[in-house]
Amino acid sequence: MIRDITLGQYIPGKSFIHRLDPRVKIIITFVYIVFIFVASNFEGLLTMSVLILGILLLSGVPLSQYFKSLKAILFVVIFTSVLNLFYGSGNVLWSWGGIQITSGGVANAVFVTIRIISLILFSSVLTFTTSPTELTDALERIMKPLKLLHVKVHEIAMMMTIALRFVPTLLEETDKIMSAQKARGADMESGGLMQRIRALIPILIPLFVSSFRRAYDLAMAMECRCYHGGEGRTKMKVLHATSLDAVAVVVSMVVCAAVVACNLYFPAVLH
Amino acid sequence: MAIIETKNLTYTYGQGTPFQKTAVENINIAIKQGEFIGVIGHTGSGKSTLIQQLNGLLRPTSGTVLLNGKDIWEDPKKIRSVRFKVGMVFQYPEHQLFEETVLKDIAFGPGNMGLGKDEILKRARAAAEFVGLKEELLEKSPFELSGGEKRRVAIAGVIAMDPDVLILDEPTAGLDPRGRDVLLSQIVTYHKTRHNTILLVSHSMEDIARTADRVLVMNAGHAAMFDTTENVFACDRELEKMGLRVPQITKIMAVLKAKGYPVGTALTVEQALKELIPLLGKGNRNHD
Repeated sequence: MIRDITLGQYIPGKSFIHRLDPRVKIIITFVYIVFIFVASNFEGLLTMSVLILGILLLSGVPLSQYFKSLKAILFVVIFTSVLNLFYGSGNVLWSWGGIQITSGGVANAVFVTIRIISLILFSSVLTFTTSPTELTDALERIMKPLKLLHVKVHEIAMMMTIALRFVPTLLEETDKIMSAQKARGADMESGGLMQRIRALIPILIPLFVSSFRRAYDLAMAMECRCYHGGEGRTKMKVLHATSLDAVAVVVSMVVCAAVVACNLYFPAVLH
Repeated sequence: MAIIETKNLTYTYGQGTPFQKTAVENINIAIKQGEFIGVIGHTGSGKSTLIQQLNGLLRPTSGTVLLNGKDIWEDPKKIRSVRFKVGMVFQYPEHQLFEETVLKDIAFGPGNMGLGKDEILKRARAAAEFVGLKEELLEKSPFELSGGEKRRVAIAGVIAMDPDVLILDEPTAGLDPRGRDVLLSQIVTYHKTRHNTILLVSHSMEDIARTADRVLVMNAGHAAMFDTTENVFACDRELEKMGLRVPQITKIMAVLKAKGYPVGTALTVEQALKELIPLLGKGNRNHD
């Protein structure tokens, strides 16, 4: 069922990861994601993976939740790894016509798969352990310097809060509308590609209409409570970095340094 | 023979996850052809989960739903044909409208049944008439209509499939008092003309008392009572324990009776009137 999609859902808890300052978490996540791509060989990538595994366990979120978020992108993982099978050189393992699979291709495929899985798991940690409010609060703070360039930082953060807030609501709504159209005999499980695309119309149109209705209602409710943007607005919860954050930063720096070292000492997998 | 029957029907949400929750447990009910059934229950009592299993939108975790004596999940590929026989109008059904014109939207259901074009239009027009939609509205966009009219269009969309069983989940929620009365009496008229089976889910005890032959009371996932409307509304203490109540007029009559007045029970204001008028007459004569 559509409600089973867990990507981007907060799971409350009190673990070490939950208690980190969200600003630190966002920056570390960003740096890690960059380093997942910087790592050019198995040694470096495995260092990252071990760290990610440790963080998953530390987060106290049931591992089944992480598997669920992987399931949502299973297709992408399979697609890219199969595509990568056919690239690369080395010993030919299997060939048919002009197509051949080489040892280099297999290494590529495995490498890319680990990369994508790490990427998804890592970003899941951020969204599972950080509430949407904390997340946007932190983003607003991180982006504050952009105000000098006349970027509307507060408005962007508010839009993100609202968007995140409405993800579960919209999923629920989609579920309801799908049920209602199925009750009228809509067929969404069979037919060719065009037929299936056409079958989405009875779901997408009501969904759009209700999103607009919700947007108007929300705007009205915000104005009724005198919302007027970020000017002079104070925070109920002011973010503070603690010694926990220092630990996280130091560990991260060590791991990143290790990845760079691996890159220098071992040959790269992808060419 | 019962048109719809459930055997040990149980539904569990999120089975095998930490959020596992049994919404409906071990329901055994049989509904006869042509009956008008009221379904009442506190929010979260499992009403919606129950009715969604009756037309195959949810597949029971265990137990079976029999339609005309046949298990509806016998062949999962044919579940769509069950949905044409058991029509379902959801809460706030106006949110599901999507077509360019009202007529096209009503025709969506019959169109999915694979009928001929003339038959589809005939049914759509007949359904529109049943719910009291004016002819000139049929070519308008459904999004231009008022809330009450949209509701009618959505209900017509299900009626147009000519289902043997019609399930309505709070069809009058959010309508003004007059809209409620009109819609409700249209549903009753529809029931009387087509002689089909209707399940009406409602939080309004007055609506249920006015329409239903029998009432199913859901409580914490169980079928707490399933009896004639009179018998169910005679148990006001049990109902109150489940967060429900009897119709106000029934309560008034019960209080009068407890005070020693020679009155019977009543489910509707009309019934109460019949009981009370002779009493008033007597009162007047005494004063004369």
